[in-house]
Amino acid sequence: MSDNLTLPAQQGPADVTPAEPLLEVQGLTMHFPIYGGFPIKRKVGAVQAVDGVDLTVGVGESVGLVGESGCGKSTTGRLITRLLEPSAGKITYAGRDITHASRREMAPVRSEIQMIFQDPYSSLNPRQTVGTIIKSPMEVNGIEPEGGREKRVRELLELVGLNPEHYNRFPHEFSGGQRQRIGVARALALNPKLIVADEPVSALDVSIQAQVVNLLKKVQEELGIAFLFIAHDLAVVRHFSQRVAVMYLGKVVEVGDRDAIYNRPRHPYTHALLSAVPEVEMDDDAEPRERIRLSGDVPSPIHPPSGCRFRTRCWKAQDKCATEEPPLLQISGNRAGHLTACHFPEEPTTEARDEDVILDPALQALEGSADQG
Amino acid sequence: MTTLTKTEDAPAPTGPESFLSVRDLKVQFSTEDGIVKAVDGLSFDVERGKTLGIVGESGSGKSVTNLTILGLHSPRSTTVEGEIVLDGKELVTASERELERLRGNKMAMIFQDPLTALSPFYTVGRQLSEPYMKHTGASKKEARDRAVQMLEKVGIPQPKMRFDDYPHQFSGGMRQRAMIAMALMCDPDLLIADEPTTALDVTVQAQILDLLKDLQQEFGSAIIFITHDLGVISTMADDLLVMYAGRAIERGSVREVMREPRHPYTWGLLSSMPRLDSDVDEALTPIPGSPPSLLNPPTGCPFHPRCAFRDEVPGTLCTDTRPSLGDGRAAACHLTAEQKQTIFIDKIQPRLR
Ligand SMILES: Nc1ncnc2c1ncn2[C@@H]1O[C@H](COP(=O)(O)OP(=O)(O)OP(=O)(O)O)[C@@H](O)[C@H]1O
Ligand SMILES: Nc1ncnc2c1ncn2[C@@H]1O[C@H](COP(=O)(O)OP(=O)(O)O)[C@@H](O)[C@H]1O
Ligand code: SF4
Ligand code: SF4
Ligand SMILES: [Mg+2]
Ligand SMILES: [Mg+2]
Repeated sequence: MSDNLTLPAQQGPADVTPAEPLLEVQGLTMHFPIYGGFPIKRKVGAVQAVDGVDLTVGVGESVGLVGESGCGKSTTGRLITRLLEPSAGKITYAGRDITHASRREMAPVRSEIQMIFQDPYSSLNPRQTVGTIIKSPMEVNGIEPEGGREKRVRELLELVGLNPEHYNRFPHEFSGGQRQRIGVARALALNPKLIVADEPVSALDVSIQAQVVNLLKKVQEELGIAFLFIAHDLAVVRHFSQRVAVMYLGKVVEVGDRDAIYNRPRHPYTHALLSAVPEVEMDDDAEPRERIRLSGDVPSPIHPPSGCRFRTRCWKAQDKCATEEPPLLQISGNRAGHLTACHFPEEPTTEARDEDVILDPALQALEGSADQG
Repeated sequence: MTTLTKTEDAPAPTGPESFLSVRDLKVQFSTEDGIVKAVDGLSFDVERGKTLGIVGESGSGKSVTNLTILGLHSPRSTTVEGEIVLDGKELVTASERELERLRGNKMAMIFQDPLTALSPFYTVGRQLSEPYMKHTGASKKEARDRAVQMLEKVGIPQPKMRFDDYPHQFSGGMRQRAMIAMALMCDPDLLIADEPTTALDVTVQAQILDLLKDLQQEFGSAIIFITHDLGVISTMADDLLVMYAGRAIERGSVREVMREPRHPYTWGLLSSMPRLDSDVDEALTPIPGSPPSLLNPPTGCPFHPRCAFRDEVPGTLCTDTRPSLGDGRAAACHLTAEQKQTIFIDKIQPRLR
């Protein structure tokens, strides 16, 4: 399985019309310095939060970003929206290099890239009315829509399913789901072309999440807005995104269209992630899914493993994995647009294996199966 | 999709020999804004060696129910009515002393956030072994051996060395494992796990869930497993209780409730969440509106302000009469058994594909 063909990375999966790239990210890197020492503080290390991420979002396309806590999803989102200054790499938006664009250079682009945050409680100023909150991006950017700002705010409230009469109310008068709608209205105020949504539904109650997911999907489809949709819920991401990138410890380890990631995954981590999703079994004759149980937790991004970062938890790891970092490529057997960073990839299926992969020592002991894959 | 054709009458999960039995439990808090009816007439049973799952959205009374069983509610602002019988012993009227003795011994708990249960000031080992010595009269050496053995069992690598670590030296997943080890130290008959994996990553969650299942096989404890995640509950539980606004609105085996749900709220929950194999072109079907306030709960059926099927019930039953939950497999809803079945087959089941 090590005969990886090195094909040029191709844009656009077969069943989705190749979108014109809106956002292109190359080698994006964020190393947060760690200071220590006494009496003089100096840099003693770095959190390698994001380490060489390549990612493309097409015009009007929705790209999902998944991975476990701390793998760098939010940091990637904050770099793209330029809330953080990258340590290295390049961000191209609509053909312009915005990697280190100054405030003034960013001005025309800023309004086109918006962010929706996870927490609908802390992301809205409690002392401002809903009207003021939604209007403020227009004021900051000196935008005067036809018919005036207030009219526009009322239209936006209507669009996100809130009553335009709520213009003068305060955030605390709204439920979590409604507050998230206010956040969406604010993000839409400037007619953005790209929205980075960082866990936009995870803080909401189960019965409310679907309302917000449907709203975002409507916005994405009807207004043609591109999304970078960050979430840890793999089923929600699948529902929302045409393409999905899987991150592990600061790197994209696999990217492809929905079918490639969910039905034909190649990277062992993508397999482990999918097999860990607890699902309501609706169907008696559903194909049994593979069972993979990793051991331990994600290693620290301060001292990531050499070579392939997943190797400390990977059942297929060999010597090469410790010495050579696997590049993100369209490996042999992958369809166009499906890229995998692995030296010894898995078969493209999520069906149950002859033997479960159980790496957790406690489970191994209790289940009396020391067999590994 | 397995298509449902006939009604199967399920054996009642209740039994006279049930290990824990909760009857008409009511828990009220007096707050500045008024009386919060956090739990309002809840009954259920748990058998030895079985797992009862409790699902419901936040604020539906899951945690309050279980803190009350453990006797951990603050007695001053709280009123508790009803019966909680654990292995023949009445707990509502039990003294704080008795409850204290039962808590480390007969019943133990695993919380969502291990940091609330583990003290940052003592080593993990000490926190495991001291209660054990107190409850069993074991020597220091015996307690230490037991703790090391339990840490090993839950998958803490090099347990002898990690025994002297403080909780902050453990990762999130390891802390949760340590808490499970702590809960199992005295071989409890009842284990209450309140959202034990909600704060964990999905791959770690899968490890912990499997671990709990495997350990239950070995220890034979009864488990109450609380979560808001239907996927988690369907992999963990034998029986299921769906809660809404402080009440149980549906009960049955997990399989029955997931495959043939009978309450409109349960229908709403199942059709609002996408699954890994659902049709991506279908919009999700959210439950309209928001969860109710417990200060001022709706009259009649607490779900009526959000229910799409109340027009199918004659008159004003839904808005003025509280539907009761029968014994065994049941749903607290005024729709007739036949209506529940037809609506599910015609309108709900097709959406779940
Ligand atoms: N300002 C900062 N200084 C130092 N380290 C940071 C900073 N911000 C993030 N990190 C670290 O960078 C890594 C990636 O963080 P990030 O917030 O991007 O993760 P994430 O994938 O969004 O996780 P989650 O799913 O928990 O939201 C983590 O190890 C985090 O602790
Ligand atoms: N100590 C308390 N004082 C007042 N209200 C409380 C207290 N504890 C819980 N509640 C309320 O009781 C209801 C049920 O809470 P809880 O059982 O924690 O819900 P969940 O189902 O999310 O676990 C909520 O409305 C909550 O706000
Ligand atoms: S490169 Fe090696 S260690 Fe990394 S995922 Fe592939 S097989 Fe596993
Ligand atoms: S009792 Fe009426 S309002 Fe309540 S769930 Fe049944 S149909 Fe809906
Ligand atoms: Mg994040
Ligand atoms: Mg709770």
